[in-house]
Amino acid sequence: MRLVFEKRKTLSRKALFLVPLVSFLISLILTAILLAIFKANPFVTFMAMFKGAFGSWPNFTETLVKATPLMLTGLGVLIAFRLKFWNIGAEGQLTLGGIAATWVALFWSPFLPTWIVLPLAILVGMLAGAFWAGIPALLKVRLKVDEVLTTLMLNYVAILFAEHLYYGPWRDPKGFGFPGTPQFPDFTWLPRIAGRAHLGLIFALVLALVLWFILNRTRWGFELQVIGNNPSAAQTQGIKIAKNIMIALLLAGALAGLAGVCEVTGISRRLQQGLSIGYGYTAIIVAWLAQLNSIAAIFVALLIAALLVGGDQVQMMMGLPAAMGLVLQGMLLFPMLAGSLFTEYRLRIIRTQIREAQSGG
Amino acid sequence: MTESPMLEMQGITKRFPNVVANEDVDVELYPGEVLALLGENGAGKSTLMNVLAGMYRADEGEIFIRGERVEIDSPRDAMLLGIGMVHQNFMLVDTMTVAENIILGLPDLPFVPDMADVHDRIRQLSKRYNLQVDPESRIWQLSVGEQQRVEILKLIYRGAEILILDEPTAVLTPQESKELNGILQQMTREGKSAIFITHKMEEVIAFSDWVRVLNKGRLVTVKQTGQTNPQELARLMVGRDVLFRLEKKKRELGDVALELKDVSANDDKGLPALSGISFSIRSGEIFGVAGVAGNGQTQLVEILTGLRKVSGGTIRIFSEDKTNKTPLEIINSGVSHIPADRIARGVAGDMSVANNLAMKCYRKPPLVKKGFLHPARILELARRMINLFHIDTPTPHTHAKFLSGGNIQKTILAREIDACRSVLIAAYPARGLDVGATEFVRKQMIQQSEAGTAVLLVSEDLEELVTVADRIAVLFEGRIMGILPSAEADTERLGMMMAGVTLEEITA
Repeated sequence: MRLVFEKRKTLSRKALFLVPLVSFLISLILTAILLAIFKANPFVTFMAMFKGAFGSWPNFTETLVKATPLMLTGLGVLIAFRLKFWNIGAEGQLTLGGIAATWVALFWSPFLPTWIVLPLAILVGMLAGAFWAGIPALLKVRLKVDEVLTTLMLNYVAILFAEHLYYGPWRDPKGFGFPGTPQFPDFTWLPRIAGRAHLGLIFALVLALVLWFILNRTRWGFELQVIGNNPSAAQTQGIKIAKNIMIALLLAGALAGLAGVCEVTGISRRLQQGLSIGYGYTAIIVAWLAQLNSIAAIFVALLIAALLVGGDQVQMMMGLPAAMGLVLQGMLLFPMLAGSLFTEYRLRIIRTQIREAQSGG
Repeated sequence: MTESPMLEMQGITKRFPNVVANEDVDVELYPGEVLALLGENGAGKSTLMNVLAGMYRADEGEIFIRGERVEIDSPRDAMLLGIGMVHQNFMLVDTMTVAENIILGLPDLPFVPDMADVHDRIRQLSKRYNLQVDPESRIWQLSVGEQQRVEILKLIYRGAEILILDEPTAVLTPQESKELNGILQQMTREGKSAIFITHKMEEVIAFSDWVRVLNKGRLVTVKQTGQTNPQELARLMVGRDVLFRLEKKKRELGDVALELKDVSANDDKGLPALSGISFSIRSGEIFGVAGVAGNGQTQLVEILTGLRKVSGGTIRIFSEDKTNKTPLEIINSGVSHIPADRIARGVAGDMSVANNLAMKCYRKPPLVKKGFLHPARILELARRMINLFHIDTPTPHTHAKFLSGGNIQKTILAREIDACRSVLIAAYPARGLDVGATEFVRKQMIQQSEAGTAVLLVSEDLEELVTVADRIAVLFEGRIMGILPSAEADTERLGMMMAGVTLEEITA
């Protein structure tokens, strides 16, 4: 008996729906095995994780807090990925957005009417994120520089620049040596809606819907589809590839920048160490698991945030390493990626055996 | 002929969703024979051969090699049984050498292969089969014909006894086709067998011993080549008598639509590809461009569609200067383009047929309003086109990549003709299509010209040019050797111009 993969001739809708579900179950089983090795009761642990993430209103709002930047950066990443522009720079774009918002909140406040500072911080932060994504985009369309390297390296530049600022010139003099800027004036705080969950969540939800509409129902979205699918055909049809990649990447960067703005004005209210816990990288997972669909990205971001928050809870309540949340995240990703094989291929079982046949030569 | 067949395929059935590609097809092949598989696009020839080569699995049916029943699950299995296939799109690594490509994937390759030995073996085989190619040159340096030789060498090197060639001559010049025939003959003399897929009658007659005709996935007939003729085969293949002649109405020519003056352009490597090109096409006229592939046709089409900059001269469309304008500006001045490479340039494979059909007029109402698409109208347009152009697709939502080559071409044709307002640039529009689809494409060209479109038709097929075009220009090394009214064009003069003799030199 042999197993053979055959490419499907059409996409199976059933598989599209079933594969993620089954993959999720498999990842739970794999994690359960791992937990058993650590002598933890898998069922109790999963319950603890679930309760940690969704079990109470404060816990749920914390999950929303973590989900918000994942949604925004995830949206940014998926726009770029739709064009086969491998933007892994959301982390840097987020960081630069946070830096720019901090700049506005701390240094422009004295000169401006108070009501305008927050909108301005949001705007400048988004522009900064856009700028940071615009650099690799420009290098790509003008000089064909590989975007994987440039976006990745610009992450380090942005993160180290932020460190320089809060360890150096922008450090809070009254902060007892804590690496961070002074707290922003309260009129620059992003309003919170529930617990620490802030207006950024609303931004993310609205933007996901708007983005879905843009990508699927507008002329521009159509052009992006063609470019992502076959750039030569796009060029032949008179679609301006370089210009569209630029616009799409500016938009992607602006979304990641907005995530940074929301983090500094909504959560920490200052620029400090730990601005991002790798949201920009996790965003890649979000975009991928959501199969580059902006609405699906909302739910995937929520799921991953739940794993992060639930993982923290497990650490506190059961004395397991906090990394268990991350482990589950990884365990989740592998079956999903492996599972995507089944949406494109199907498995066939062949019962007869090959007879040995002599080969010529 | 020896007693037992080299290959037998019995009752092969292969189904795809919504379509039966092969139904109860039998094949028989004896050592030293060449079998031609003839059929229209989508008749199931490629599917049948892909089953044999291990790319697909048959749903029903059995395969016997030298009398023994075998299961072929992968190209490697096929290779071990001595079956090798040269695909229409070559499977070669551009940046590697000929020798490296040939040994790539060999199962018993040592960790560090002895390349000198490999080169020697390749040179011996090249000599024996007259497959001239330097084992040390890199694939990207080779012409298409040479690349095909590498593919054949690759199979012989691996000891293939049954060679499958999918449309082998589609990419070859007449001279190269003749050489290929010689190679096949040498191989059959040694007892190897070959199956080739084609829809060119002359080749069936010239190359094969037996011919099997497929129609809509079924085996229609088996004939010994000597006992049949092109007319009969064509009738069996299409299921009706083919009109090789196309009717052209007398028509009044309009104003000059497209005019080139002393145009020159470079190729991708910066070397001159076109020089001193001047001609004009009037509305309602079909202007043919003949020539052996690689003599500047690609660049000519590209400069006319804005995909390449000219280095000198002017291009005018309806007396307006359109030299070095963007593709969009040229599209907006009413120019449509049927690209030579339909998969690479013509369609977005992972988008629906409907979206592919909308890819030209999505910019304008009614498909779009204030930047917002109107999906229902796109679908309506698609349904209309699918009916009008007889595009064979399960639904308008099917991804374009699932269609056969002929139907992909019909999709492109439908889109470009529908959007075309004054000038149609068609590069090899009938290449690789079956008789029925070819006739359809040619008729569309003529209909367009009758409706007042200026058509530029680039083709390798002289018969096509003579029947369809009003005037024919011949390109050689980037220059026009001469322009003839097609009524005065004969193969002799066209042939000489294609070989680099100017029209003046011929008449002088």
